[in-house]
Amino acid sequence: MSRATLGWIVLGWIGYAVLPWYGFDRAVAPTLSEFVIGRSGLVLGLKGAWWLLPILLPLLMLLRPALRPDGALLARWLTGAGILGLLLILIQGFSIGLNGWTLDGLKAFFGEPGPRQAGMGYGAALTAASFLILLCHGLAARGWCRGDTFVTSSIGVVVALIIVFVFFPVSTILASAFGDDRGNFAPSLFIAKFTDRSIWGLDCLTGDLRCGVAWNTLFLGILVAFGTTALGLAFALIATRTTFRFKKLLRVMSVLPIITPPFVIGLALILLFGRSGALSAILYEWFGIPRSRWIYGLPGVFISQLLAFTPIAFLVLIGVVQGISPTLEEASQTLRAKSWTTFVTVTLPLMRPGLANAFLLGFVESLADFGNPLVLGGNYEVLSTKIFFAVVGAQQDQGRAAVLSIILLGFTLGAFWLQHAWLGKKVYTTVTGKGDAGIPLPLPRRVALASYLTAIPWALFTIVIYAIILVGGFVRSMGRDYTPTLDHFLTAFRVERAEWGLYFSGSAWNSFFATVKVAALSAPLTAAIGLLTAYLLTRQRFSGQRAFEFGTLLSFAIPGTVVGVSYILAFNVPPIEITGTGFILVMCFVFRNMPVGVRSGIATLSQIDKSLDEASLTLGARSFTTMRRIVLPLLRPAIVASLVYSFVRAMTAVSAVIFLVTAEYNMATTYIVGRVEAGEFGLAIAYSTVLIVVMLLAIVAIQFAVGERRLGRRSATASTAPLAVQATP
Amino acid sequence: MNQMSAVSSLALTGASKTSRKVAASVEFRNVTKRYGRVTAVDDVSFNIAPGQLVTLLGPSGCGKTTTLRMIAGLEMASEGQILIGDRDVTNLSAADRDVSMVFQSYALFPHMSVLENVAYGPSVQGVPKRDAQAMAMEKLSLVGLSGLEKRSPSELSGGQQQRVAVARALVLEPQVLLFDEPLSNLDAKLRRRVREDIRELQQSLNLTVAYVTHDQEEALAVSDRIIVMSNARIAQTGTPRELYEEPADLFVADFIGDANILEGILLDREGPNARVRIGGAILTLPHRNANAGPVKLAVRPDAIFLEEGPTPSGGITGTVKKASYLGTQIEYDLESPVGSLFVVQYGRKEPIPPGTAVSVSFAPQRGVALIPGA
Repeated sequence: MSRATLGWIVLGWIGYAVLPWYGFDRAVAPTLSEFVIGRSGLVLGLKGAWWLLPILLPLLMLLRPALRPDGALLARWLTGAGILGLLLILIQGFSIGLNGWTLDGLKAFFGEPGPRQAGMGYGAALTAASFLILLCHGLAARGWCRGDTFVTSSIGVVVALIIVFVFFPVSTILASAFGDDRGNFAPSLFIAKFTDRSIWGLDCLTGDLRCGVAWNTLFLGILVAFGTTALGLAFALIATRTTFRFKKLLRVMSVLPIITPPFVIGLALILLFGRSGALSAILYEWFGIPRSRWIYGLPGVFISQLLAFTPIAFLVLIGVVQGISPTLEEASQTLRAKSWTTFVTVTLPLMRPGLANAFLLGFVESLADFGNPLVLGGNYEVLSTKIFFAVVGAQQDQGRAAVLSIILLGFTLGAFWLQHAWLGKKVYTTVTGKGDAGIPLPLPRRVALASYLTAIPWALFTIVIYAIILVGGFVRSMGRDYTPTLDHFLTAFRVERAEWGLYFSGSAWNSFFATVKVAALSAPLTAAIGLLTAYLLTRQRFSGQRAFEFGTLLSFAIPGTVVGVSYILAFNVPPIEITGTGFILVMCFVFRNMPVGVRSGIATLSQIDKSLDEASLTLGARSFTTMRRIVLPLLRPAIVASLVYSFVRAMTAVSAVIFLVTAEYNMATTYIVGRVEAGEFGLAIAYSTVLIVVMLLAIVAIQFAVGERRLGRRSATASTAPLAVQATP
Repeated sequence: MNQMSAVSSLALTGASKTSRKVAASVEFRNVTKRYGRVTAVDDVSFNIAPGQLVTLLGPSGCGKTTTLRMIAGLEMASEGQILIGDRDVTNLSAADRDVSMVFQSYALFPHMSVLENVAYGPSVQGVPKRDAQAMAMEKLSLVGLSGLEKRSPSELSGGQQQRVAVARALVLEPQVLLFDEPLSNLDAKLRRRVREDIRELQQSLNLTVAYVTHDQEEALAVSDRIIVMSNARIAQTGTPRELYEEPADLFVADFIGDANILEGILLDREGPNARVRIGGAILTLPHRNANAGPVKLAVRPDAIFLEEGPTPSGGITGTVKKASYLGTQIEYDLESPVGSLFVVQYGRKEPIPPGTAVSVSFAPQRGVALIPGA
């Protein structure tokens, strides 16, 4: 038996007999003796919490292989104890809640209310983890995954985490949608809520009344998807196929919105076009156009989402346009096709998958967006804001929120399914292993003109928006009083020198520190889990791999608001009671952002010749050593990408966290949204500027810390060719 | 453990040949490999004797690379037994087998120098860095790359990269060395030289080598024995000469060298030989257990002679359809009563112009073989 197995057996015992089984009661600071033994599962079990005692059985079973490691029956003992232990912990955890029995059957049988227990703590978590790992060790010993404990344990851990933090919350939300207030199964109530007129009504077609919120959402999504795709294509064509002088600027502009908190654009639009906005004021003074509230509603949300999501379409499409092999266009030209004909019959059809991709991404992003509709929506309600107000508003109707969440989830999953079904089967390979020489076709005149005419005004508009963001923090009040001031920054970030040292008295410091802490914690976790998953998906073969892949990518398709609702529904009660902690924020970010780590990991790994791993294996290195010495050094670009992405997303996300923040763990974004709602625009803008600067610094720091990957002389071409190839002498 | 001590003792004794491990045999016993419903290798058994170079030859998709990867432990057999040096390794992972591999793409670690690449094997086995590098330097000088150890793999030419890959595979002195199409990334001229180098190295170090290729000429040139695979099974095993001169079936006849497959009639058997009639000609060939009646024959392109002028009685007359001049040889496409023929003629001659009638004769001692059971 390996030392690792023995170590996990010991940890399992520590979790059960030493560490406190339940989460801390934060009101009372525990003494050391309580912390160490007094509240462990074993002691509590002996003192009357009898439901904890059965867990002793699998732990005792583990002693058998620990004392007599003869090997023959090792696998069977480990697997058996692991399964039994996990089952016992799950059963007792889910059948006994804060208020006694949780299931009606148990209530009827044993009488109410029955025993009570709180949420699991460190001890329970450690014991459960060790049961899981030992189960995986047992399976490896039985020959799973070529007997590789590292691989089986990784699969086990990732699967368990996905079940707990993705599938469990989603199934809770489903259960909540189908139940009434007291948790009984009530399908008729569900149907009544689901078919509600406020969701599916079509009154806007026939009269002046408003349409259902589902139609609003769909309509906005399709508009935004069309707009972002068209603009993104125009930018991509200009960036790749013309000799436009400010291409560098386009690149910068494509990065900016990624590090901009999503609602900041909406905020800038208010400062520009709102009733007291800068442009509104000018229009009123110069042309006598009355100030109005037109920006609040569909136009405002539409414009702000266009601004926010066009860069995503641009990034998707620029890859597609660059990927089209010039030889195909040259072939078309040598067959006497004019450049316009070539563009329409060759270039455009080859871009079809990219266009569809950009369209669906725009659609999904628009559906999931929460900040802009919240800030600018006015009377135009969409699903994401409606969900929020169903939970926090006067109604406090979680069942309704769950129903709305299911509709929203249905839309996004439907979009992803469409994308998969439509694009999955078609082959549009344009980059082949053979070197393409050839010069991309210059754009036909009318296409170039159209691109310039859409892109340049839009680019100027974006620049104006960012100028507003930059200026807004430093003047007293945009649109009314342009006196330069540092007041906003001082209110937010004042630091005073007190007798005991520095005192961070600014109102924003609290949320700022919390945000940085959560982001800094979640970024490495996200990268680690994401890349580990990518490694398992690309480099290992095991049964159930498709389901595994689906599970890891599912959380990407779930809109943030839905995640937020599902997390408060799932984690507010035992056995996993973690709402209000920083931990739930970290886990929320990890599983929302993990798919990007997975994707970038898969992309990079599939460029790395698999025979590198195999060479390492045949030279006697095990999979963990191979991972450490061969895979990780070559994965550096993916590490940087997923670290940066998860850090930035953790700093800028609003939708999910707005449900999960507490006074102790307030996040920067939710604080800013609060300031916007209170009308303190200057403070909000100033804080946003600080966030953008912090993120830029963090990106540079991550790049510096992880470093470049060294590939020798030909590193410039390393991203296109398999890394282990040759050249002729 | 065993392997580790062998490695470190080797590091101490340096280059001395006395500490070399003996080359081991490789044996497959009814090995099958399935991927879902696809059977990649179907009930294959063979034995590679110690110190031999055996080639796995076949068209792409025949299961030869899967077979090689099963020797390495990169694929696990679905059924059957694999033995290396009489030890059952069927369920051992690649890291636990005393086998090294040279990959088709060389698989040199791009983030390590040449020296680090070659020293990787011993260093992950726990050999101290200095000893590992000494072992690496020794192997690098063996393949003639001393002085290039500081370079990164991408700064080497294709042939040099190939030699680094060989040095890296040799550094642990494995019982068995595997080559997966090692020449496919080299140009034609270099290919000939490198394959000779590999053969020389194998013989001087007395290594057991399994070598995968789809190039029959390469296989004929380097192998002690060849295993021809087709459709996941072994079609024939034998020395290069046996395969060329006594193909077991139509597939092998066609795959090893070019062959004209002709129909003939076996007239009668006489001791080890049989008289076979092809068209009007009568040949005497080893009978290879074929019975009287219609038979098929593999006739090598260079076993057919062409003669301008009138055909003697009982001979075959053909018409030249196409003639290609290739320097050392001339290739003809012929139309004849026994079917269309592909003929290669060596030696300096004037090409016979297309449309000319020629008399066709066979030279049995140069490669006409009865194909049993076809």
